[in-house]
Amino acid sequence: METINFLITGVGGQGTVLASDIVAAVGLAAEYDVKKSDILGLAVRGGAVVGHVRWGERVHSPIVPEGRVDYLVAFEILEGLRWLDQLRPKGTVLVNQQEIHPVTVSSGFATYPGEETVDKALQAAATHVYRIPGLDMAQELGNAKVLNVVLLGALSALLPVEPGIWESVVRERVPPRFVDLNFQAFCRGRDWMQEKE
Amino acid sequence: MKALLSGNEAIARGAYEYGVKVATGYPGTPSSEILENVARYQEIYSEWSVNEKVAMDVAIGAAYADRRAMVTMKSVGMNVAADSFFYAVYTGVKGGLLIVTADDPGMFSSQNEQDNRHYARFAKMPMLEPSDSQEAKDFVGVGLGLSEEWDTPVLLRTVMRISHSASPVELGERTCDDTAPTPPLERNPRKLVSTCLWARDRHPVVEERLKRLGELASTFPFNRLEWGERTLGIVASGPVYHYAREIFPEASFLKLGMTYPLPTALIQEFATGVEQLLVIEELDPFLEEQIKAMGIACRGKDVFPACGELLPAVIERSAAQAGILPQEAIKAKRQVAPPDLPGRSPVLCPGCPHRSTFYLLGNKLKKVVVAGDIGCYNLGALPPFNATDTMGAMGASVGVAHGFDVAGIPDPFVAVIGDSTFFHAGIPPLLDIVHNGGKSTVVILDNHTTAMTGHQDHPSVPMKLGGQPAPKVDIEAIVRASGVTDVHKVDAFDVKGVEGALKEALAFDGPSVVIVDGPCFFVGPGATGVYEVNSEMCNGCALCFRLGCPAIIQSEELDAKRARPKAEIDPVLCVGTICNMCAQICPRQAIYLAE
Repeated sequence: METINFLITGVGGQGTVLASDIVAAVGLAAEYDVKKSDILGLAVRGGAVVGHVRWGERVHSPIVPEGRVDYLVAFEILEGLRWLDQLRPKGTVLVNQQEIHPVTVSSGFATYPGEETVDKALQAAATHVYRIPGLDMAQELGNAKVLNVVLLGALSALLPVEPGIWESVVRERVPPRFVDLNFQAFCRGRDWMQEKE
Repeated sequence: MKALLSGNEAIARGAYEYGVKVATGYPGTPSSEILENVARYQEIYSEWSVNEKVAMDVAIGAAYADRRAMVTMKSVGMNVAADSFFYAVYTGVKGGLLIVTADDPGMFSSQNEQDNRHYARFAKMPMLEPSDSQEAKDFVGVGLGLSEEWDTPVLLRTVMRISHSASPVELGERTCDDTAPTPPLERNPRKLVSTCLWARDRHPVVEERLKRLGELASTFPFNRLEWGERTLGIVASGPVYHYAREIFPEASFLKLGMTYPLPTALIQEFATGVEQLLVIEELDPFLEEQIKAMGIACRGKDVFPACGELLPAVIERSAAQAGILPQEAIKAKRQVAPPDLPGRSPVLCPGCPHRSTFYLLGNKLKKVVVAGDIGCYNLGALPPFNATDTMGAMGASVGVAHGFDVAGIPDPFVAVIGDSTFFHAGIPPLLDIVHNGGKSTVVILDNHTTAMTGHQDHPSVPMKLGGQPAPKVDIEAIVRASGVTDVHKVDAFDVKGVEGALKEALAFDGPSVVIVDGPCFFVGPGATGVYEVNSEMCNGCALCFRLGCPAIIQSEELDAKRARPKAEIDPVLCVGTICNMCAQICPRQAIYLAE
C-alpha cells in the first residue's frame, strides 16, 4: 500500500490544526498507521501554519518527504502557493478561495500575488486543482468557523474512506454545541466536490 | 485502546499511567502542552512554577518525599534549572524523578539551538530519547523505574518533532494506589545535605552508578539491533531514526532509546557486524564523539550538518553528496519553483497592549536604547518598530541595562520585560540596580498572562494551572519593596500616558520602573465595536501604519495632493474600544468609532 501524504496549510485562526487532527484521526479509524506533525508559530494571531499528515501501512516519518505530497489542502491562497513545490507530479490541490493579506502586504511593503500568477502556479504544479469557495459556503451556513470542516468534506470525496468514518470523527472532535452545524458543513463540502467530479 | 496523541500528550498520559503524583514546570515552546495535559488528571498535583529552577526544586522535594515527580521545560529552561539537577544527581531521590527537556532543533521558538543531551553527560544522569508518541509514553514509566532503581534523576529528552507530532498510542490504566498516604520524610542528611564534607562521599557513588548503568545499557530493551544488509549500519535515535528508516530501508540499524550512558558492548557488536558505520544525529556529534572515543571508526558530522533540523530532505541530500546514496535519489524531487511570494512573519496582534510602548520607542523616543527580553514583545525588534537593541535570555534585559549604566553609555536606555519574565528572572537584577546605586529605567509590560507560550498563569494571575483561585501578587508592591521610589503605573492603551511616564522615568536621577498595564487580547474583555477611517480627512501621512496593527491596511484610494495611499481599517480584525491607539495618534482625527 502506498502511503498517502497530506499537507494542510493556512493562517493561524483558520482552524487548520483541528483539520489536521481530524484527517489523522480518520486515518486511524480507517485502520491505517498514521503520523502527524504541526508547525505553529508564536501564539500570536495571523502566522502561517502547516500540518503534515500521513496514512499508510507503516509510517515512519511524521514529515512528508520533499516532493511527495498527494493532497495539498490550502485554507488560504498565498499559503497554498507557498507549498506547491512539495507536490508529487500527479498531486492534487484544494485551495480555499480566500486571501488573507500579511502585514507586509496590507502596509504596502509587498504585493499579494495576482490572479494570473496564482492560476499559472497552480496549473503548473498540480494535475488536479480544485478552487473551493469554502468561506462562502461556511458563511452561508452561518458561521465562518466551519470553513475547516467544509474543506474536509470536499477532501473526503476524493479519498477511499467511508463517509461514515469521517462523520463520526467530525462529531467527536468538534465542540458539542456545533456538532449539527459541522455535520452540515461536512456534507456541503462533500457535495460540492462530488458535483465537480 | 489506541489513541492518536502528540508526544507532549503522550508524556502527560505516561505521567498519569505511571503514577506521577507531582508535576511542575515553566512554560516554553515546545514543552508547554505537557503540563497543560497533566493538569486534566485530578490524581496529579500540577503547577506552573515561577521559573524552571523553582520547578526543579519542587519536583526534587516531592521525589525526596517518596512521590513520583516530573518536571518539564524547554531547551533553554535547563540552563535555569541546572544548578538544582546537578545536586540532585549527587543526593539521589526516593520516589522517581523524571526531568523532561523539549529541545528545539531548527529554532522555531528559541534563542539558540543548544543540544541538551550534553546535560546528561555533564550532570552524570541517564537519558532516554523517544522516537514517537508510544515511546514518549512508555519512556515515562521506564525512566521513573530507572530513577527509583538507580537512585538518580533521569532525563527524558524530546525535540519539537516529537513534542508536536502525533502517532498512535496504546492507552493503559493508572498503576498506583492514590489512597496511600505520603510517608514521613526519611531523614538522611549525609545523603541529602550536599555540604562539601558529605558530598565528597557521594561523588564515587555517582561514578559507580554511571559505570554500572553503562553495562546495563547493552541489554536495555529499548537499545535495539535491527539487522538488514551488512554494507551499511546506522546508529540513530529520536525522530531521526524514523527519517533514516525511510531513506535507508535496507540498512542495518542500532536504534538507541537510552543515549546516555552509551551501550559500549552493543555498539562494538554492531560496528563489527557492518562494513560502514554511520551516525545520523541532529545538532552536535554527541554519539559520534563517544563512539570514536571507543576506538570505533564511523562517519557522522563530516556527512550531516550540525545546524538546523535534520529533516529527511537534508539527510537525503547530505548522504548523496557524500556518496552514501546514489545521486539520483535527490534529483528533481522538487517539481516547480514557487513564485516570489511575500512572507508572513508574526506581528503583534490587533488589540495588543505592547503596541504603544514600541510605537513610542520606535518613533518619538527612538534615541532610547532598548534592552529587550523574552516574550511576544520580542516583536518590537522587527519592523515597523525596529526598537529593540538587545535580547538574550529570560530576565536578561534588567541586568544588561544596568551594564549599560555602569559602563556609562551616553544614550538614554531602558530595559523592557514582561510580567511573567519579571517574576521568572527580573526581580534579582532589579534588586541589584537598587543596591548598587544604578539609575536604569525598567519598563514592565504587564499583560496579565504568559502570552507567547499560550496564556499560562503566573504569580499575579489570580488563577492556578488547574483553574483554582490564587492570590494575586502585586507587581507594583514588589517593585516598591525592592527600594525603587520612582514608580509609574500607566494604562497601556493610553499612548500619551505611556509617553509621559517613559519621559519622566528617563529623566529621574535614580532607578525607575514604569508598569505598562493592559491585558493581552486573549485574556481581556473581548472586542466591541470597530474603528473607521474618514477618507475625506485622511491625507495618507502613514503615521498609523507605524503602529504595525494588522487591522490597519492601505486603501486603494490615494491622497489627491501627495498621491499617498490613505489608511483603511479591516473591520474583521479591529478589536474596537479596548484599543483606540490609532485614533489617539492620528494627527487629523480621521479615525473614529463606527456607529
